Amino acid sequence: MLRYTLGRLLSGILTVWFIATATFLAMHAVPGDPLMNEKATTPEIRQNLAKKYGLDRPIPEQYIIFLGNMLQGDFGLSFTQQNRKVNDIIRDHFPVSAALGILAITFAAAGGILWGALTALYRNRLPDIIIMFLVILGISVPSFVFAALGQMLLVNINQWFGTSVLPVAGWGSLAHMLMPSLVLGLGTMALLTRLMRSSMLEVVNEDYIKTAKAKGLSSQRIFFKHQLRNAILPVVTVLGPQIAAITTGGFVVELVFAIPGLGRYFVQAVQQLDYTVIMGTTVFYGAFLVLMVIIVDIIYGFIDPRVRLK
Amino acid sequence: MIQASHWYGLNMPQRLLLLLCMLFAWSEGMAQSVDAASGTVKIAIAQEPPQLNSMKATDQVSIFVLGHVMEGLTRYDRRGNLAPGVAERWELGDTTAKFWLRKDAKWSNGDPVTAHDFVFAWRSVVDPNTASEYAFILYPVKNAEAINQGNMPVTALGIEAIDDHTLTVTLERPTGYFIKLTAFVTTFPVQEKFYQARTEQYAADAKDMLYNGAFTLDSWVHSASMEMRKNPLYWDAEAIKLNAIDADYITADTRARLNLFIDDKIAYTQLDGETYKDALNNQFRIKKFVTGSVYFLEYNYRDNRITRNKNLRAAIQAAFDPEEFVNKVLQTPGNLPGRSLFPTWIQGVEKTFREEYPPPEVKPDLTRARALLTSAKQELGLEEIPPLILLVSDSPTATKQAEYMQGMLKTRLGLDLKIDVQTFKQRLAKMTSGEFDIVGAGWGPDFDDIMTFGDLFASWNLNNRGRYVNPEYDRLVRVAMNSSDPKTRMDAMSGLQSILIEDAVMLPMYEQGVIYLQHPKLKGMRRTVIGSDPDFTYARIAP
Repeated sequence: MLRYTLGRLLSGILTVWFIATATFLAMHAVPGDPLMNEKATTPEIRQNLAKKYGLDRPIPEQYIIFLGNMLQGDFGLSFTQQNRKVNDIIRDHFPVSAALGILAITFAAAGGILWGALTALYRNRLPDIIIMFLVILGISVPSFVFAALGQMLLVNINQWFGTSVLPVAGWGSLAHMLMPSLVLGLGTMALLTRLMRSSMLEVVNEDYIKTAKAKGLSSQRIFFKHQLRNAILPVVTVLGPQIAAITTGGFVVELVFAIPGLGRYFVQAVQQLDYTVIMGTTVFYGAFLVLMVIIVDIIYGFIDPRVRLK
Repeated sequence: MIQASHWYGLNMPQRLLLLLCMLFAWSEGMAQSVDAASGTVKIAIAQEPPQLNSMKATDQVSIFVLGHVMEGLTRYDRRGNLAPGVAERWELGDTTAKFWLRKDAKWSNGDPVTAHDFVFAWRSVVDPNTASEYAFILYPVKNAEAINQGNMPVTALGIEAIDDHTLTVTLERPTGYFIKLTAFVTTFPVQEKFYQARTEQYAADAKDMLYNGAFTLDSWVHSASMEMRKNPLYWDAEAIKLNAIDADYITADTRARLNLFIDDKIAYTQLDGETYKDALNNQFRIKKFVTGSVYFLEYNYRDNRITRNKNLRAAIQAAFDPEEFVNKVLQTPGNLPGRSLFPTWIQGVEKTFREEYPPPEVKPDLTRARALLTSAKQELGLEEIPPLILLVSDSPTATKQAEYMQGMLKTRLGLDLKIDVQTFKQRLAKMTSGEFDIVGAGWGPDFDDIMTFGDLFASWNLNNRGRYVNPEYDRLVRVAMNSSDPKTRMDAMSGLQSILIEDAVMLPMYEQGVIYLQHPKLKGMRRTVIGSDPDFTYARIAP
């Protein structure tokens, strides 16, 4: 088990290094000057800025410096917010995205497993058809539509009550998180529902279910004890990457609900060619995603010993 | 009976919902956008202010915040007139200015605001190591430009503290509008001692700043909220009615802000084409404001560009109808058709410049446009004009405007436009390197004088991205720069306005107007084209 874990960790570190290098090269290949702004500046000022951010050096040298700083966990100063460290940006805003993400994934997992199991149970009957229709809607409708609709719904609820029962936007309490995390989790919930449904249907035809039936077990017992438990495994597999995807993919939701998450910085940095923030957030998220996958792998190793032997 | 009244006659699911909501209820969530008793107004801001270091700030949001928490030698009063700020009074000579600072102006740590704080700030602004994009604001001060280009030490700057409360400034040349510059953020004071203790960290957080304005920044949660409180140490604290300006929401999403306004969480919000209709449906009273910015098309005058041909540009000018453009394409009320580089609000000698020096009128005339195009083709020796590249930013409004131009020029003149949509930085890079024939541009005023627009097409101006060079234009700019006589200056500017229109140097499209909603109880919120907009300094809340 130790060798397995160490192996996974090593390949994880290599993956992060690869992500960092690829992002670095891609970022410098994007046309445009990160130091250029609406108001033209004199060549002297531009030169001074280039010196401050080390952009006056050749790219290979910049890469070496970047790698060195990254190993020390220092991503430097932001280009757009010139007095803020990228490390501070990640430290201040990742917890927000993470809190939102955890709630969203809870909604998604609970909903996905429940709806998935229900659809499998009522296969090809009305509940199945209705839920699967909603699932397709959940997968195909982009999140900014859901975000806008969700917010509109809150406004209407508040108007109907004549007072603010739930905040329309902002950050600070659990009440602020409900609608945004629901919206954020919808896509994943739809995905998990589909996964759960097919997994349930696969399990139904397994020999051990037939055995259980032959033994004369009650259908409830078969459903909960044998079918559900076995069918949930593939859901656990995708949960790790989905957590990472949800905590990184919240840009639109963060914008609409005025949430101070990291997703906004992630996207805006690319638009603004903010080199240090692009590198910082990408490497951080990359490492986060890799870590999540490793954790799932290790958990899987515990759940299913066959994985370890491979 | 008691129970029934307690539950306000709600049925079971409603009760459950209410219980659930009460469980989550957030005490402040109940607060409304304006509160007369506590003197609080709640607003949303479009983005996290990227730079609260007054010496380096250039964007609207940072300038908005700084205008409330800091103050320069002068400021704008509730009617928008220039008024004493830190300086009690001043004298402007031909090439000198002298300021007498009030003794009761204080920093938020209790220290007095002194003339040395201005000397430090101004020297830092023009110091090339600071790399301030707004250093040019101080170019009228002696040696500022040379220092900024690294040719002189910062101590050579024409500013001197005679004592703690007297400041003298030597100017490079007579600058009639110099006093107006001292109300702008770039010229705000900074205490050297405080700054040196923080350097890179200065203005990164609420505690990393010193305030001398009507308000102080009490708390700043990045990307979440900014809370400004009335500054008890402010010298004119009596005139300030608001106790708190709370920006509890930071989002660029106009629909989210409209929703917050409907929910009475914010007292002011700007609208766009999309949210305009919803605001109408909600029967809100929609207000209009002309921002002071002009939008236009710039041509490329670099060698071998066919846009160098005057008749070609004149043909486009004659085919374009700014009135139609404003009504058909922009669709929100408040925008004015573009007639000149100079917007309508610019002051002339006594009245507005527009009233005193109306620009040469260009009537949309298709027959003339086609004739001009024919002569352009002859001059260029071309059968057909090859497709022209129109460079625009990737915003939905910019692309919509570009598509209108494309359709209009095709149907009216048979001209082909190729639209090149680029992201912000890439568009700037292409503008600077000259990879375009026509580019969509806009310009907002940096200071309250006609020169903020006038020198835009001067051959030495770095913002003249099309590299337009005209010795006569340059001469007129110099005349206005070197004179402090309003009549001489405005005459020169009028001459320059005629060149711009008659030679079709650029194509004015529109003068930007915005529409917004304001809480009916919020009074005295001042909209302004220069500096901190909107200005809540003298706002109050009607009971």
